Amino acid sequence: MEKITCNFTVNGKAEEVSLNPNRTLLHMLREDLLFHGVREGCSHGECGSCNVILDGKLVNACLILAVEADGMEILTVEGMAEGEDLHPIQQAFVDESGMQCGACTTGMILSTKNLLDANPDPSREEIKDALAGNFCRCTGYAKIFESVEAAAETMKGRYEKGSVA
Amino acid sequence: MVVFYRRMPRFEYLKPDSFQDVLNLLQDGGPERYRVFAGGTDLMDQLKQRKIEVPETVIDLKGLAELEFIDFDNSSGLRIGALTTVTDVAKSPEIEQHYPALAQGAREIASIQIQNRATITGNICNAVSSADSAPPLLALGAEVVCASGQSERRIKIEDFFAGPGKTVLQADELVKEITLPPPVEGSDSVYLKLAPRGRMDLAWIGVAVWASISDGKFNDVRIGLGAAAPTPIRTPKAEEFLRGADVTAENIEAAGAIASSEANPRENSFRAGGEYRHMMVEVLVKRALTQIAG
Repeated sequence: MEKITCNFTVNGKAEEVSLNPNRTLLHMLREDLLFHGVREGCSHGECGSCNVILDGKLVNACLILAVEADGMEILTVEGMAEGEDLHPIQQAFVDESGMQCGACTTGMILSTKNLLDANPDPSREEIKDALAGNFCRCTGYAKIFESVEAAAETMKGRYEKGSVA
Repeated sequence: MVVFYRRMPRFEYLKPDSFQDVLNLLQDGGPERYRVFAGGTDLMDQLKQRKIEVPETVIDLKGLAELEFIDFDNSSGLRIGALTTVTDVAKSPEIEQHYPALAQGAREIASIQIQNRATITGNICNAVSSADSAPPLLALGAEVVCASGQSERRIKIEDFFAGPGKTVLQADELVKEITLPPPVEGSDSVYLKLAPRGRMDLAWIGVAVWASISDGKFNDVRIGLGAAAPTPIRTPKAEEFLRGADVTAENIEAAGAIASSEANPRENSFRAGGEYRHMMVEVLVKRALTQIAG
């Protein structure tokens, strides 16, 4: 295998990486660039732990070769906060206790961003559908759905602690 | 046994500039040498799990604009390019309006994450019996346009599947596009998926029905079944029974029973037993026909 040099923009910053053609986007992001918010769960495209937003589209990084993403823009969960200020979705997961062990949380947050960018006022059913590709093995789905609702409220300027559910 | 399923085997990567270049490459080597992929959502998983022979090189079709389109014309019908994603099909207003069963089937294929990468063409080339796009394509009368270095041929979708995970594609052949006939006045279609938790599950049974109805009669009907036989299938006897028949609850009831007798599911499967699948084909065919009859 000959190494291939690829260029990515990760969370707004240009990165040049020389990698083997069989390297997945997941392993490139997590192990070469140390974005540990990109997690390896099932590694089959079922659990959503490795979610990233690739050129504006939510994808599973475990099923994509890094070379396929050459020249593209990648957003990981690390790119969501502004300095010390968490993104409203992240803050909502903190405020509403939308996590137990936390393993699925980064993927949940990116799926939530993908949902709210297109649909700022989703129903509970729409939230469930949007998060269908993200598995929480603590089974803490109720709190996760409430976190998404809280995030939607915040982003519309209507959120007060305890106002959801 | 599954070994090291999180790590990829070794292979090289090629991204040709034109479809013709890809077809030319395939003239020089079979699956041991090249494996072509579009979204990669099936291939990458199969490679990790060593479910298929590992090729020397994987060929990435993405970026070939000539294969990425949804082209609808009222008189000539619909063409879907081999690189068109499931998301694009699920969200196409023209498909939603004229071929609703296909839009419904596309929306049932796994998660948003998968739909953003996967293609409809890949869904049928992977050729699992439960593929959610297959029953709609069968019911809507799809044809598959296959190209090799020298020639092109059109295959009816019901002749495309050769067995579980197998198609009639030759080693040097690729699907270029999928075509659907022009919409028929007074027709409608629907896809119903039976699965315990919805889109992330493989279908226990998938049923698509297309029917054209006028003056209280079924002029024409096509039925596609998924997960009801080793491959996705049509049900010619039930369709023949309905052609020209009055739209009545009795006829719909009888057609469901005939369709069920045409199913050939595995007797023992951890998802759903054969007897249950037979029964659910009957229920879902009746339900789909009733929905279309309105």
